[in-house]
Amino acid sequence: MTDQPAGIADDGGLPPQPETVQRLRPPANPAAAAPAAEAGAPPGSGDLTDELLRSDQWTDQMLQAAGIPVTHVPLVSVGGGIGSFVTVDYLRIAGVSTDRMKVLTNLDFAWQTYEYLTRVSQIPKPERIRSDSASRPDNIWGFPSYALAEAVSERTFAPLWQVLIEPIWADYYTPKAGRVFAGLERESKRIGWSQMLVKGQVRMVRKRQGGGYFIILTPMAGLTPTKRVAYLAEFVHLAVGYPGLRFLPELQDFRTEHQDFHHVVSAYELHEHVYEAARTKHLVVMLRGGGIVASRVLARIMDDRARHGLSTEIVHLFRTYISSSHGPNAWNRRKGADGFAYQGFNYPKSVWGGQLKAEMRRLEGQQRADKYKLMGGTNTPYRRRWQAQMKEGRDAGWYRTMAGTVDQMRLENGKIVSCVKTSNGMVEVAADFVIDCTGLEADIAEHRVLADLLAHSGTGRNPVGRLDVERTFELRGSASGPGVMYASGATTLGGYFPGVDTFLGLQVAAQEIADDLARRGFCRRIGTFRSIRQWLRWARNKQP
Amino acid sequence: MLPTLGGRIQTRLVLLAVIGGLVTLIIVPVLPISAPLSVKYQDMFVILAAVAVLGVGWELVYHFLMQWRWEKDWPTLFGLVTAVPEGVLVWLLLKAGAIPGIKGTVPGAAYVIDFGLVWLAVWLVANGPMRVPFLRWRFHGGRLV
Repeated sequence: MTDQPAGIADDGGLPPQPETVQRLRPPANPAAAAPAAEAGAPPGSGDLTDELLRSDQWTDQMLQAAGIPVTHVPLVSVGGGIGSFVTVDYLRIAGVSTDRMKVLTNLDFAWQTYEYLTRVSQIPKPERIRSDSASRPDNIWGFPSYALAEAVSERTFAPLWQVLIEPIWADYYTPKAGRVFAGLERESKRIGWSQMLVKGQVRMVRKRQGGGYFIILTPMAGLTPTKRVAYLAEFVHLAVGYPGLRFLPELQDFRTEHQDFHHVVSAYELHEHVYEAARTKHLVVMLRGGGIVASRVLARIMDDRARHGLSTEIVHLFRTYISSSHGPNAWNRRKGADGFAYQGFNYPKSVWGGQLKAEMRRLEGQQRADKYKLMGGTNTPYRRRWQAQMKEGRDAGWYRTMAGTVDQMRLENGKIVSCVKTSNGMVEVAADFVIDCTGLEADIAEHRVLADLLAHSGTGRNPVGRLDVERTFELRGSASGPGVMYASGATTLGGYFPGVDTFLGLQVAAQEIADDLARRGFCRRIGTFRSIRQWLRWARNKQP
Repeated sequence: MLPTLGGRIQTRLVLLAVIGGLVTLIIVPVLPISAPLSVKYQDMFVILAAVAVLGVGWELVYHFLMQWRWEKDWPTLFGLVTAVPEGVLVWLLLKAGAIPGIKGTVPGAAYVIDFGLVWLAVWLVANGPMRVPFLRWRFHGGRLV
């Protein structure tokens, strides 16, 4: 449960510290989405040959002929972000030693991309993320919760009191980003994360004739004698995170046409210059989107306004304006007001363990897609402080909301004029900056590894277009002899479990994967006594 | 908590039996009841059993009420304050002589101490430590089997 992507380790789209988001648009002709045919390297060159590029299944001889060295390791996790971390953490606690697993990644540490994205989207370390107290990616038990840990370390009852009376008499307790990172660092050292890391760019995963998979890695230049190295694994776990983020089409068009990456920005890229400009002159800022990132950016502008006595005006444009509670019936009604749909976390809380989780697990096809639609939609938490700030802004006239879509944008006298189609006709809004907080996600096929997987492994898409996984998070159609490929995180949204791209969702997936691996004899199933023993080791910061 | 109906009932029965049983075992000797220890134990364990049995019915009510919550969750405080209606019902039944197996007289103070401590212990365990021995419990709506 988090306001930021949890499984955002990205091995293909984003560099470790991306300064901008991918700006991709879907091609008009879907056929054009197919990757251009790649020319193969000559045999013996240590690179991908034509034969390898073309074949759905590889033999050991094919790799030998290509001159690509192969390392055998029972389990490989691709991604290296929080999705990989949580899964590997589970397996380490289940007794798997570090020499039986490798994590292929371009990240130095598991929370690197997450930390970057939270920072740019206005959640620096002292601020609180949108995540539940017991959703701890550094602690598979969720005990002690973040609230309890904070209460002990800061010698205050306040977090415990908040957890006690949430969400009726207080906002949901959420942990500080800094505490989350510190916990991950501690757990990372405890489980020997760095011993399992292999740095590089994963290029593809292909089935091996006879069972298992080959994973092709491009290590950093000069580190290995060959351009590519291969890992042969019986089990593969894919946690590559978001394939990329998209701009709203009109914003993308404006940026491309005017080559202006300064006045039209994404909340997911560095945009500190907007806040700095607001401190030097009167500005009008237009926000697009009604989710948590819009709330965060709005809060930052409102905080700066109050702290520095600024006169910044905000025009907030919602595509779907929520004016009241909404839902098909009395027992499916979500709160909403002033444009926003309000929800504590990015799904109704019970998808992570309660009634909705149990319900979704039974649904197939269209029924599942419909349920996703009912629970989905952009939403943000109701936080009392933000409410007070927005009310003050509305009363004073410096915060205005609108409902509509933007037809076109133009530059006029140094201002960006958006032509907004509203229910009352066309309205023109001039702003100094436009911040896109919509966080539209790219299609999974825009990720190179996933595109290759869809083309060569037999893996398909689920009812909402992402990777089709079983209840155990095994990728359907990807079995290779006794080998199994799993996926967790954002790429599996639309499966039997909805909250995949969150801390707790990654733990749910990790538990399912670890239990499935135990059934297949890869590791032991964590039973009651092992769980207690391992928790005691966690508490004393001893290796699993 | 994020319970399913089955999970609610299982969790209640197991926690009342194990944690409630332990607390009852420990505190009964010091409860202000003027009766032989064996009678005190019998009465307080019968009350514990009554809380468990009646609780199945209460869980149906809570599950029904939870349907009006968009999140389909059961906030932490709800799990604590439901002690009041449940405690009052058992007390009224006790006074009416409707709980079979009670041998002596249970004074109000003893009842409040016993019921309160059992409830508090069960609630505390359910909201944290339970997750340590039962790793899958929280993801399965509180089901243990």
